[in-house]
Amino acid sequence: MEIPVIRPLLEANDKRAGELRRGFARRGVLALNIISSPGAGKTSLLERTLRDLAPEFRMAVVEGDLQTSNDARRVAATGARAVQINTEGGCHLDSALVAAALEKLDMDGVDILFIENVGNLVCPVEFDCGEDAKIALLSVTEGDDKPEKYPQLFHRAAAMVLNKTDLLPYVDFNTARAIAFARKTNPNLEVFELSCRTGTGLAAWYDWLRNALKTKRNA
Amino acid sequence: MHEMSIVSSLLSIVREEMEKHGARRLLVARVCYGALTNIEPEAMTLAFEALTRGTELAGAKLELEEVPLVVRCGGCDTGFTPAGRDFLEAACPACGCREGHIFMNGDELFLQHLEAE
Repeated sequence: MEIPVIRPLLEANDKRAGELRRGFARRGVLALNIISSPGAGKTSLLERTLRDLAPEFRMAVVEGDLQTSNDARRVAATGARAVQINTEGGCHLDSALVAAALEKLDMDGVDILFIENVGNLVCPVEFDCGEDAKIALLSVTEGDDKPEKYPQLFHRAAAMVLNKTDLLPYVDFNTARAIAFARKTNPNLEVFELSCRTGTGLAAWYDWLRNALKTKRNA
Repeated sequence: MHEMSIVSSLLSIVREEMEKHGARRLLVARVCYGALTNIEPEAMTLAFEALTRGTELAGAKLELEEVPLVVRCGGCDTGFTPAGRDFLEAACPACGCREGHIFMNGDELFLQHLEAE
């Protein structure tokens, strides 16, 4: 017999993500899912952001990592609330892992929740974690063809953060090319060129965070 | 290998549908996926074999079908399916334009039907 079905394969994940999203909306929390290759600077971006915006916002971090808790320690050192998820080799976070992590996190009064995904440009893209937006983080040492090779992420992200711009004089990274292709996959993509090391360009990223939170709360 | 997670979700749905329809043996599960999903057909097949081996679903076949991608031309708004993989730089069949195309779909990932006994 033939059984017609038409059911999304990730419906269980999407359903739990929907519950998370409603919870974030109720609490007025802006949730951002940060996705990048290993070493692009997710934790560095968070360290800077958590320190610099600490006077303005209460922030929390769900930290996805394959094995260690090094990143969670770095993030917690800024004073932000952080909880670690060890995926034990798993290549991405999903809504069940995030939901379990949130049970261990005091979300009272939190304004912004950062979900630091496992370093990987492919696998995390498919799994909704209840976030308001995905942030694609790219660094200039990775090559300007990344948006071309991994269009899925840039297509679905609200913003692309281009990190390590202080290294531009030393690498053959064509910023215009990377941005042009990323915007082809997603004409509405916001782009921030910055260096977490020197602090250049961070102000625009912070303004975007302020606006995104304001927009969410006025919605 | 996020395909393992995806196939494991697939198998939960398959088992639910088999039970609902009183089917005992799965022959084929057909999955449709969009061009903008990060689905690697070979990895899906491998994961399907690994996760059904030694279970009541062993021996079933996973069929994968890519859903044709449609883009809207940046020049004249005509919808078309690009021939190659350079979706956003394909020449529009109506006006020849190669710029400003917008994806109209591509995120599909669903179980379309089962064949079972």
